[in-house]
Amino acid sequence: MITRLGQVLLVILALAAPAAPAGAEQLVTSLSSHRVAIASNFTGDELALFGTIVNPDPRRTGPTAYDIVVTVRGPKRTLVARRKEVVLGLWVNTGSRQFVEIPAYLVVLATRKPADIAPEAVLRRQQIGLDHILLPQRLVADIGDIGNIADEYRAALIRLKAKGGLYSEDPTGVTFLTPGLFRARITIPASAPVGTYEVETQLLAAGQVLAREVSAFELFKVGFEAQVERAATEHPVLYGIAAVVLALFTGWGASVVFRKD
Amino acid sequence: MPIYLPIAELSVQVFLIFGMGLAVGFISGLFGIGGGFLMTPLLIFSGVPPAVAVATVSSHMAASSFSGVLSYWRKKAIDIELGMVLLAGGLVGTAAGVGAFALLRQAGQLDLMIAVSYVLLLGFTGSLMVIESARALLSTHVATAATARRPEPPKRFDRLPFRRRFEQSRIEVSMVPVVGIGVFIGFIGALMGVGGGFLLVPLLIYLLRVPTGVVVGTSLFLTLVTMLAATLLHAVTNRSVDVVLALILMVGGVIGAQFGARAGFGMKSEQLRLLLGLLVLGVGLRFLYDLVIKPEELFALEPSFAGARP
Repeated sequence: MITRLGQVLLVILALAAPAAPAGAEQLVTSLSSHRVAIASNFTGDELALFGTIVNPDPRRTGPTAYDIVVTVRGPKRTLVARRKEVVLGLWVNTGSRQFVEIPAYLVVLATRKPADIAPEAVLRRQQIGLDHILLPQRLVADIGDIGNIADEYRAALIRLKAKGGLYSEDPTGVTFLTPGLFRARITIPASAPVGTYEVETQLLAAGQVLAREVSAFELFKVGFEAQVERAATEHPVLYGIAAVVLALFTGWGASVVFRKD
Repeated sequence: MPIYLPIAELSVQVFLIFGMGLAVGFISGLFGIGGGFLMTPLLIFSGVPPAVAVATVSSHMAASSFSGVLSYWRKKAIDIELGMVLLAGGLVGTAAGVGAFALLRQAGQLDLMIAVSYVLLLGFTGSLMVIESARALLSTHVATAATARRPEPPKRFDRLPFRRRFEQSRIEVSMVPVVGIGVFIGFIGALMGVGGGFLLVPLLIYLLRVPTGVVVGTSLFLTLVTMLAATLLHAVTNRSVDVVLALILMVGGVIGAQFGARAGFGMKSEQLRLLLGLLVLGVGLRFLYDLVIKPEELFALEPSFAGARP
């Protein structure tokens, strides 16, 4: 693992170095793990992302010369958000919006508030921050994102997802250990869905994106958990019969154990 | 002690889930009901996805009702013949209910329909049971001799064809209302994701005049068969049965059901009916409260099938 990571880093450096013009900053990042296993005692996990700024510009000095934004996107899911309204004294679903292929998990970690890092136009173009990341909705027949212009469905989606720890934005989530070395902590709640998580790291200075690095990790089930899921999806009939037998056996067992006469 | 549920894809506290199984199992054994109308909302409230909750509860109810069926079987308190006729209607009703379920889900009004059905059915049957059993309890205090008298056999179905005598229940009644009750219970059960025992018990008592002693065992028998079928169906079509969750619920449920059944044998049937009536009414009022009071969160998220229009 370590050696492979080392090789990858060397390859990146070798490729990046000759192509980059003198003085242009580069990013090198490394995740503490690329595979997160879910076993029966899984209650969530935490990953560390380390990164360095290669070839920093000596003219850029001061604690806020460089900014880092780390965006973690989980597997894509399609969701429906429904809105309740009072009709004849009852609270019923009156409106709904379908969010198409949006990340089931979305975490933004940064060195500062996105609004302080870059102008609105740059944040929008580079999709930096929860308010600027595209969350496409099906609008009548078209698919699009009308942005953060007082869209209550979008706000509700982010609010409800945040309640479950699946969406978040932390303006202090990335810390510089030395002027060129930074660290970010990625928290994965127990309710996070299995799949591939894309980790995008952006380096910004003076409101402009200078470099971008993409990495990924995978969340997967192991052992008994994985076997149960495989059985349920690959052999549904046998799995159903097993569940039925389990129910009958448990019921019978209890009546034997508790039989008085 | 946390444990990760492989199908529900979340981590839960084992003892909390076990305790929920125990409590609902006790109620299930006491009244001869599956307890789905309590368990499903409890699980959803604990964060289990509704689809997984409904499917897994059916396997839990199968285990609970099987242990109940066995103890009533030993006491010869099950009318298998009546159960089979009810079941025939129940299967037809279930198929219709599953169809209605899918239609309402597409329209986004499933929650509303479920809540309104809960309010109407639970409110109505609950009030009916409370009034009737309270009246019976009061009259036994006045005239103790009246309790021993068996209620009159049902006269209102006398003109209907296909009359049949159910020996165990000591009733002679047309098959038409029996199958009709089965269809109704199957339909409501599939639509509301419950076994329907809380409806079946009063219907058998008040409409068919089946003796209370036989009603509970027979209702459990019907719950057992329908819930076994539902478990298999959910596993095959939705792949949403979580066996880890099911096992924790089942073990709690069957233990609770044993204590519940034992507690029930020592009680007068009027008292049991009053308690069940109050419970049913309480759950119905809870659903009414949610419908009428402004919710804190007006929005809700649910998974969508790719490509489907909202």
